Amino acid sequence: MTVFIVRRLMQSVVILLVMSVIVFLGVFAIGNPVDILISPDADQLERERAIRALGLDLPLWEQYFVFLKNAAVGDLGRSFVFNEPALRLIFERMPATLELAFTAVVLSLIVGIPLGLYAGLRPQTVTSKGIMAGSIVGFSLPTFWQGLMFIMVFAVMLGWLPSTGRGQIGSFLGIKSSLFTQDGLAHVILPAVNLALGNAALIIRLTRAGVRETLLQDYVKFARAKGLSSRRVVGVHVLKNILIPLVTVVGLEIAGLIAFAVVTESIFAWPGMGKLIIDSINQLDRPVMVAYLMMIVLLFIIINLIVDVLYSVIDPRVRLQDVKG
Amino acid sequence: MSSPTVTAPAKAESPFRRLVSEFAEDRLAVAGAVVLTIILLIALFAPLISPQNPYDLSKLDILDSRMPPGSKSMDGMTFWLGTDGQGRDMLSGIFYGLRTSLAVGVFSGVCAMIVGMAMGLIAAYVGGRTETLIMRLVDLQLSFPTILIALILLAVLGQGVGKIILALIIVQWSYYARIIRGTALVERRREYVEAAICLGLSKPRIIFSHVLPNCMPPMIVIGTVQVAGAIALEATLSFLGIGLPITEPSLGLLIANGFEYLLSGKYWISFFPGIALLVTIISINLVGDQLRDVLNPRLKR
Amino acid sequence: MTIAKRTVGVALGAALGLAAGPAAAQDLAVALGASVTSLDPHFHALAPNNSIAQHVFNNLVEQDENQKLIQGLAVSWSARGDDKWIIKLRPGVKFTDGSDFTAEDVVASIKRIAWVPNSPSAFTIYTKAIKEAVIVDPLTLELRTDGPYPLMPNDLSNFFIISKKSVEAPTEDFNRLTAAIGTGPYKYSDYARGDRIVLERNEGYWDTKPEWKKVTFRLITNPAARVAALLAGDVQMIEAVPTADIEKLKRNPNLSLAQAASNRLIYLHMDHQRDTTPFFTDKAGKPLAKNPLKDLRVRQALSKAINRDGIVERVMEGVSVPAGQLLAESFFGTSKNLPPEKYDPDGAKKLLADAGYPNGFGVTLHGPNDRYINDGRVIQTVAQMWSRIGVDAKVEAMPWATYAAKATNQEFSIFLVGWGSGTGETSSTLRSLLATFNRETGMGQANRGRYSNPELDKVLAEALRTVNSAKRGELLAQASEIGIRDVGVIPLHYEVSTWGLKKGLTYVGRAGQETLAMEVRTAK
Repeated sequence: MTVFIVRRLMQSVVILLVMSVIVFLGVFAIGNPVDILISPDADQLERERAIRALGLDLPLWEQYFVFLKNAAVGDLGRSFVFNEPALRLIFERMPATLELAFTAVVLSLIVGIPLGLYAGLRPQTVTSKGIMAGSIVGFSLPTFWQGLMFIMVFAVMLGWLPSTGRGQIGSFLGIKSSLFTQDGLAHVILPAVNLALGNAALIIRLTRAGVRETLLQDYVKFARAKGLSSRRVVGVHVLKNILIPLVTVVGLEIAGLIAFAVVTESIFAWPGMGKLIIDSINQLDRPVMVAYLMMIVLLFIIINLIVDVLYSVIDPRVRLQDVKG
Repeated sequence: MSSPTVTAPAKAESPFRRLVSEFAEDRLAVAGAVVLTIILLIALFAPLISPQNPYDLSKLDILDSRMPPGSKSMDGMTFWLGTDGQGRDMLSGIFYGLRTSLAVGVFSGVCAMIVGMAMGLIAAYVGGRTETLIMRLVDLQLSFPTILIALILLAVLGQGVGKIILALIIVQWSYYARIIRGTALVERRREYVEAAICLGLSKPRIIFSHVLPNCMPPMIVIGTVQVAGAIALEATLSFLGIGLPITEPSLGLLIANGFEYLLSGKYWISFFPGIALLVTIISINLVGDQLRDVLNPRLKR
Repeated sequence: MTIAKRTVGVALGAALGLAAGPAAAQDLAVALGASVTSLDPHFHALAPNNSIAQHVFNNLVEQDENQKLIQGLAVSWSARGDDKWIIKLRPGVKFTDGSDFTAEDVVASIKRIAWVPNSPSAFTIYTKAIKEAVIVDPLTLELRTDGPYPLMPNDLSNFFIISKKSVEAPTEDFNRLTAAIGTGPYKYSDYARGDRIVLERNEGYWDTKPEWKKVTFRLITNPAARVAALLAGDVQMIEAVPTADIEKLKRNPNLSLAQAASNRLIYLHMDHQRDTTPFFTDKAGKPLAKNPLKDLRVRQALSKAINRDGIVERVMEGVSVPAGQLLAESFFGTSKNLPPEKYDPDGAKKLLADAGYPNGFGVTLHGPNDRYINDGRVIQTVAQMWSRIGVDAKVEAMPWATYAAKATNQEFSIFLVGWGSGTGETSSTLRSLLATFNRETGMGQANRGRYSNPELDKVLAEALRTVNSAKRGELLAQASEIGIRDVGVIPLHYEVSTWGLKKGLTYVGRAGQETLAMEVRTAK
């Protein structure tokens, strides 16, 4: 296991390097940031000064090596737009996104697994069919539409919840988060549900599919024949077997939620990383884009590693070997 | 599908007919299939049945814009579902939009599935460096936020239907690859595969006739979700202003365009395309759900 | 640690403000539509940043809501000879840290503007005419220039005066609020980047103190979410109300609207330079051998084919003004003889036939789809109108992030752009859009079509040397007439900005599109 993890980490360094090249080239292709950033009143000489000030006059490979050299000592560049270190900007926004993604994942698991289990165990009931139909509706409508509908209904028409923004921040065991205050929770509900709905639907469907299949497996039949209580059969045998696809999906989704919170965050004016990246794209703030993407790559590598390790824990038949020679 | 272990009923049936009859057991799924067929026909024959060609700017009149459902145009045409901000007949817009959305969703979904399955199976069965390479590529791929890949791709390539399909394939294949590898890793340890290996069957044969069918159920679940997701993603990209060209709106773009009118009470501009999208996706999923149950050899009684 | 603390403070303050509700009648929450990226008033010449900075810092010369110049930290300014401006400063002004405002602070500000590192767009464009700033006495300044420079007061209204103590403070110190010492009606009390900015009234302000003790600016860039926040009562004011919602908000008894014609012209730029231009084809799609835009008749035809009233009424929902020149007539340096071009499809067809295109041609019109009000729909509508005169018009819209560089690199043939005149007179527009492009002098720096007309250049150059403002206005009007009659650009409309407010609040809309809390008042 240790060897596996060490190898994986070594590969990760290579991946990060490859990614940095791809990201750099990709970001470079989008457009010249100076044309966006510069005041329309600026003349050609001022434009050239700005290009020099931002280091954009150097050839691409040289810009890349400057970036690499600084990255080696933990400096991922300075935002063109904010004039602050890109990493600082990202870390500043990270808690907001993490709490949103965390809430969304918890919500989708709390809702998804029980409903999926029910629908899988009693597939013919009206409730089950209702659950499945609901799950389809859940991921059918685009997130942005859902989000606006939520705002329309719950904030504007009913006035139950605040329309946008992040609430008051509380502190609990030294952790600061808006989840610890009533105001904060009120603010997080709409965006978290907006983000969770699609995932909950996916989890319902996967759980149900897994349950239905597992129920037909011989060992479940044996367990039943042995006279084990239905609770034990479901709780131990069935649940354990549906965990593999679930772990994969949940693992991917957590990271996905963090990365893809872009739309939800921009609709709900949630000051997280997703909002930062979409703003950075719109303003071609290359250092922030590159730093953000590198952070996300790192995050995914770590989550994937955890998923693979979990695989082997849940299902010992999966080999935990990776590279040979 | 004709696995020797399944004993067919006394009546001799072709595998396909059996599939059809099993499929027909669920009335909801049949309803879904019927609706989906109608939608496909509409999409296919959109140019023939639409009252107007909504993609031809010279056929639109700005003076007809934002008319509520049932209004009449200056030259006597009735806009049954109203018009959008550009004076486009919503009914025609939805017909054409269906065409575009389905083409984009299905085509990119199928391509992504083929690419993903091939890669996932290769990874699981070849192992070694190939596996590492592919799976790291998958990690790499998944580490990019979809929207960002799409933005970069579309920025480099420009807008257009073909380009957005390419972008969607690139963002989707890795999901299939990852899931199928996970499933295949488990499947290859199962007794039936070991038995097949003992029988001396060739590797491709084992993969295609034994492992692949068993990987199908999760693939169909993921596949239906992904086609729906592709259509929604395309809508989101359009919402962010980087999707399809604005003169040839898909359902997603129609919804996105109507979004700005939602608060002002001009509901029809995004409501009707929204319904069309919802119906389409629900029927795809109903059919997919039932197909999965039918196709799964282990769910047979 | 400090960041976390500050965020807590902001959120706490905001929450209390919300919770207190009607009791806190002296508080105001405003939703802004564009991101404020820095509190450093000299870092980035960017409209949203400037709009916030105006609350905390003053200019020597201020612009009123119609961009007329009024006294700011300077009480008088006058040209002395051909190369000097004498500026008299306002006595008795104090910075928020208690120190007196003197000429030294002005010199320090000019110095810092040239120094501020990493600026993506520096304010030096407004200070570069000042060759030397000489302190005559603590309240008198002599600004030396190379030759006559009548635009000095306009430039002075475009950069902020900071305390000399902050002359070497980096941008971070302003963002941490430690260096943000100004003379304005407000001071910063909290800043959560990308989320909100909280201001507190400067009780020692030298002019009329604003009504609001505490102002919270929230950044809600999504237009629908911004409207929703107003409807839900989370904020009392929003800027940039989408045109689609204006009618509905107007009917809402709990809300009121403020509007103002802006200094922003939306127009079509055309390729005047190349002999063949990439996006003009014959009807079969083959490229045209010569650039039809070089023919005045083609340009006139394309302009006549546009129904500006139709665009204003149907696309902009009545919230814009049809344009016939570079700025609306109420602005300085405009002509009285340039009404909007009349919609005349038959005349347009005839002109096209005269120019040798009786059957029209094919063209792709480019434009951004996330920059100006309803930009994507405006270009589609223009294309629709062109198709009525036999021109096969296609449309390609793209996000500003990709569009801007392509437009600057002259990759398009005919394309939509907007221009806001920061100085509130046509000299900015003429100089930037219609003057012959010249890298060294900076003339025509945004002339992306490379229009060139020696006659216009001559009149404009004379205007830019003329200190007498009546005379200068006439010359600018004359230059506008030359450029517009030659269809150097095709003006479409002037944007109108709209603010949404809670009933009982009033705001005088500003031509510069800024949202200023000190101008928001309770209706009497």
